Amino acid sequence: MYGRHQHAREVLSTVVLAVMVLAGCSSPPSATSPSVTFGSGATTPGMPGMSGMPSMPDVPAGTTASVTAPAAPVAGDAVSIDSFAFVPATLTVRAGNTVTWTNHDEEPHTVVANDGSFHSPGMGSQATYSHMFPTAGKFDYVCSIHPFMHATVVVTP
Amino acid sequence: MTDAPHTMNRRQLIRHSAWFGAAVGLAVAGGEVISHIAGTAEAKQVQARPTLRFAQVSDSHIGFTGKANPDVAGSFSQAIGRINNLGYTPDFVIHTGDLTHLATPEQFDHVKQMMTGLRTPHVFTVPGEHDSVDDAGQKYLSAFGAGTRGDGWYSFDIAGVHVIALVNTLNLKKLGHLGVEQLDFIAKDVAPLPNDTPIIVFSHIPLFAMYPDWGWATGDAAQALSYLRRFSSVTCLNGHVHQVFSKTEGNVTFYSGTTTAYPLPHPGDGPAPKPVTLPAGKLHDALGIREVGYIRGQSALALKERALQ
Repeated sequence: MYGRHQHAREVLSTVVLAVMVLAGCSSPPSATSPSVTFGSGATTPGMPGMSGMPSMPDVPAGTTASVTAPAAPVAGDAVSIDSFAFVPATLTVRAGNTVTWTNHDEEPHTVVANDGSFHSPGMGSQATYSHMFPTAGKFDYVCSIHPFMHATVVVTP
Repeated sequence: MTDAPHTMNRRQLIRHSAWFGAAVGLAVAGGEVISHIAGTAEAKQVQARPTLRFAQVSDSHIGFTGKANPDVAGSFSQAIGRINNLGYTPDFVIHTGDLTHLATPEQFDHVKQMMTGLRTPHVFTVPGEHDSVDDAGQKYLSAFGAGTRGDGWYSFDIAGVHVIALVNTLNLKKLGHLGVEQLDFIAKDVAPLPNDTPIIVFSHIPLFAMYPDWGWATGDAAQALSYLRRFSSVTCLNGHVHQVFSKTEGNVTFYSGTTTAYPLPHPGDGPAPKPVTLPAGKLHDALGIREVGYIRGQSALALKERALQ
């Protein structure tokens, strides 16, 4: 499965070819296109394409928005995000301390408490997020983008 | 898939198929979807214009800046060009989510502006979890939510096919999540439809358990699929996993689509679904778009995967 087995690959390759052959039988397009009927009210979901326009407008390339990395925190205990894992998985701090998470992955992550008591914005690569824990307790949290990432902060009095 | 498949030698094709492994032709006969495996199915002559034909694009991740793809806007632009040069005008284009990488207003503006270049009457979207990073999808809804219900779901009918677009990237605990309100929408939405109505479902996260350890599944999908069990033809298209894959469960066939941004590992290949940096010149073989065609009556709901080069 997943391309590891030669036999499966050969079967799938054959299927790809079969699809190509089937595709070759298509006739030229007709001028009419089917209409869309919506059940969700007067406003149409989605957006119109540029059907009927003579040519494509210039498409901006390489103008991706930048991700702001906040300044380094002043103090506190640290959690590193590496390879889709919070390290350490359990961090123990004293009440009143500030914990800072740093994302070392290329992928963005977040830090979201299961009880809703703290919630970071999306953290791009190298971005940090800090939260001060005023009271003792056990705080489980996840990355809301990759919720299979989970960890805990234990706050002692 | 290239424009000149006959120039591809067998070894290249096998390597190619490691990524585009699950391109499967389908036929609809009497409302029943049949997978066409070469040599076992009768290849019928397809003469007419398909009753419905559309394109799927997914996971453009506009705003990603990593080395796995230094120019995601450029490759998304190529994907738009690919769709605009299929030789016909698709009846609609569906983007199955992760339009943006970090759900900033600038990234939404950018991807929306780019998609106005798609030559098609309708462009539809569903959100990915990257489109709802920190606001439960509010910025996504501002950009793409007009006319939708609830947190952004909707349905429509086209050419006798009923299409349902779902949102399963909010309130994630471990897996994709639909929620009670959306499940209720699905139940009511399909209630009036005859059993032989072909159903197509779009979602970002797969509605089947592709790899739950990485969140590649939807926790309450079984409930949604139970409402679709009586239909003879149900086809679910998703993104999220950045690779082509398919699976059939009873009356439902699931198809994961590839990305226009960067590949992810095969399920369980390595510790995490981290962006994969391919050797120079190989990236665009792993990126692509998908064509879907449906012909009423005797044949053909067919999928074709097309690489960006």
